[in-house]
Amino acid sequence: MTAETTLKPVANPRASFFRRLPVVSHFNKSVGLQRFMLVVGLVLTGIFLLTALAAPLLAPYGFAQLSDADGNFPTQQAPGGKHLLGTTVGGYDVLSRVIWGTQTALLVIIVAVVLSIFAGVILGLVSGYIGGWLDRILVVVADAIYAFPSLLVAIVMAIVISGGQSSLLGGILAAAISITVVFIPQYFRVIRAETIRLKAEPFVESAKVVGASNIRIMTRHIYRNATRTLPLIFTLNASESILTLAGLGFLGFGIEPSSAAEWGFDLNKALADTTSGIWWTGLFPGLAIVWTVLGLTLVGESINDLNDPRLRGRKRTGRKAAAAAPGTRAGSGPETELSNP
Amino acid sequence: MSENLGSLSDQQDQDRKTVLDIDHLKVTFATDGGDVYAVKDVSLEVKAGEVLAIVGESGSGKTVTAKTILGLLPETAVSSGAVLINGTNVISLSPGRLRQIRGRDVAMVFQEPSTALNPVFTVGWQIAEGIRAHAGANGGGRVSAKEAKARAIEALRKVGIPDPEHRVNYYPHQFSGGQKQRVVIAAALALNPGLIVADEPTTALDVTVQAEILELLRDLRDKYGTSIVLITHNMGVVADLADRVVVMYQGDVVEEATSKTLFAEPRQDYTRHLLAAVPHLGRNSASEGLTERRHQDEEVLVAADNLVIEYPGRLGTPAFKAVDGVSFTLSRGEVFGLVGESGSGKTTIGRAIAGLNRTTGGSLKVLGYEMLNLRERTFKPLRKDIGFVFQDPAASFNPQLTIGECIAEPMLIHTRPSEAQARKRVGELLESVQLPASYAGRYPHELSGGQRQRASLARALSLNPRLLIADEPTSALDVSVQAKVLELFRDIQEEFGFGCLFISHDLAVVDILSSWVGVLYKGKLVEQGIGSQVMGNPQHDYTRRLIASLPVPDPAEQAKRREEHRALLGT
Repeated sequence: MTAETTLKPVANPRASFFRRLPVVSHFNKSVGLQRFMLVVGLVLTGIFLLTALAAPLLAPYGFAQLSDADGNFPTQQAPGGKHLLGTTVGGYDVLSRVIWGTQTALLVIIVAVVLSIFAGVILGLVSGYIGGWLDRILVVVADAIYAFPSLLVAIVMAIVISGGQSSLLGGILAAAISITVVFIPQYFRVIRAETIRLKAEPFVESAKVVGASNIRIMTRHIYRNATRTLPLIFTLNASESILTLAGLGFLGFGIEPSSAAEWGFDLNKALADTTSGIWWTGLFPGLAIVWTVLGLTLVGESINDLNDPRLRGRKRTGRKAAAAAPGTRAGSGPETELSNP
Repeated sequence: MSENLGSLSDQQDQDRKTVLDIDHLKVTFATDGGDVYAVKDVSLEVKAGEVLAIVGESGSGKTVTAKTILGLLPETAVSSGAVLINGTNVISLSPGRLRQIRGRDVAMVFQEPSTALNPVFTVGWQIAEGIRAHAGANGGGRVSAKEAKARAIEALRKVGIPDPEHRVNYYPHQFSGGQKQRVVIAAALALNPGLIVADEPTTALDVTVQAEILELLRDLRDKYGTSIVLITHNMGVVADLADRVVVMYQGDVVEEATSKTLFAEPRQDYTRHLLAAVPHLGRNSASEGLTERRHQDEEVLVAADNLVIEYPGRLGTPAFKAVDGVSFTLSRGEVFGLVGESGSGKTTIGRAIAGLNRTTGGSLKVLGYEMLNLRERTFKPLRKDIGFVFQDPAASFNPQLTIGECIAEPMLIHTRPSEAQARKRVGELLESVQLPASYAGRYPHELSGGQRQRASLARALSLNPRLLIADEPTSALDVSVQAKVLELFRDIQEEFGFGCLFISHDLAVVDILSSWVGVLYKGKLVEQGIGSQVMGNPQHDYTRRLIASLPVPDPAEQAKRREEHRALLGT
């Protein structure tokens, strides 16, 4: 019995705000390999974010730049010299395109995830709490969206939203909204399931007995308890949204090279190069995608493991520690039932 | 089968043999908050044919001790010391050797029979599983499916399942709760182990069923000489069954004595406190010396007339009648105790009064409002006059809000006070339930169970309700905490004078608080009357059986009661 009670994760809401932040609190309770994975993920993601923010300083040229004071860039030049990672068939500098691409990726992630979180959470709360025919219809719609291959939905949305043309904002919005449509059912389902579980909890019933209105119960009692898994889905979806964006770009529904740098588009253009032995145009945008997705996934998976007390690793209670401090924490924690006033 | 059971005389020869010997056992858990010393230093031994009870409150380490005997601790635990079963040290065994010992030398009976059995296999298969798992290892060769089944039937017969040849092919859901626990015991007995570890074997069961299971365990000891380690928090069960008692507190053994000595003359203060806190039927009764019902001249708060509450059945099955033609009244200032076993409909009635369940027939008037076809909008103004205390104090607070915010919630909804007013009122309320006002800033998980239940009471009282519904408010608490909460409850009820519906499965607890008691059985109110009269001179058969089944925390008295009621209980 003691085992069960002590295994419950106790998020101490009175700890300092900084230490309660999702990733920081996870870092503090991780050990060993799990901490290593989390750190690697954080470093990869951190470099991605920094690159996105400092792109104008880091990139040697603009993302659409084809010439400088010395004249036009050579096309398909091997890495080295003025162009560290070489140039593409269109004469773009690969390094600059990769660096500017981080900005596009970051913007798409933010817009897509913010839109889908808002819509998904609100729909999930209402659908789970109110139930009835509204719930049934929403679930059917969500299931129907699941039935489509997500890339197909994204393509359809891209056509509907931007009509195929692509400015920077139009392209990013088209990509973000199409990703949003794919992700809303995920948020919707998670929040709805949590809401249905919480609806039967005694603290919600006790609010009902007190006479609280439905809106008050949803916002004050259920919302804050149902959204605790969001950081996890957020990181996992962020990596998925990059893949979707790259897929769209690769298929030609992305953003024109003159509006923004986009890794998927560059990969598409590099397709023809591979047969002629030109590896640098495809390798580096590809690596950038792998880098970002790997970083975000590692963070997400680590958070997932650390949230579950059964998967979370702990420092083993060594005999040495037990012998060194016998009884120091004796009777602490959940066992102090009797120390009632 | 009968040879390897060993007859009674064989067992008596080895009567002094030690089956289990625990020597300086320590168990430590690694948790997020650092190491927790669950068991600090426990030494005890169990002889053949003996029932040893380990008693203690939650967190005393009794369950951890029991799990160590079978090597069932989670991997975050580190144990040291020695646990010898027939001379083999379990702690240092490899998983393979441990598996040989489990089931053959020592078996376990779990608390909740409905989760201890796998719902997709027949009970016969589950009993035979243990037999076949050990067949190769014991040098006995393989056991055929037919023979395993025959032995499963034998085991079921031993635990008193009628018609075992037929029942062996039943699935767990086809048995009642008590029978399921018998099946679990049969599975534990299948290989005829010398020692059975029973972890709260009757806690999940109703008292009438509990009496049967205790009788069965007593039979096992007497007929087959099986030793039993009984883990329990219920002093009545200890008095009924145990030969020797070990009292644990915060990981240490506080006292060890034979059960007669322990109850008659406890040596340690802790044991004395614990025994004094156990509610004892007929002592400290709220209706002592009453001859007629009190508070009848006051306002009637709840009037049920032929009340029916049905739960809709699944497609094709008729609706389930949870409450069937119940009539009663509850007046202001009165405590109405509603007693019944699980499934009797007592909680349903409480929830219907609070508007959480809908009534389907008859009439239920709450504060003059007819609850049949209730409309939330018109009922809402009345909600401020109804307080509700839930069973589980841990779950009835929003973990994201402070205790102060939770207690202020009813005020914020109905009277909209200023922040300073609300804070002042919360402080007063906390003080009236004997908690420091500074607790308003704490979060629910920072309070102990008893403190949380006091806070829950404070929340229910925050608008001075005329009616309070308490649904098993103390059954999730330890006895010593329960005693304090009950005392507080009684004082507050006298001070505020609200009418109270007190729902509980525990007759002794109801008797302490309520002057008027109603007994529910299968949705029908079979008896109601003044508490001491219902308890002392029950009229209905079911009430008689219920009271006879309740073990009293006194071995001598319990033995006498057992003899007296043998005929009534049909054992």
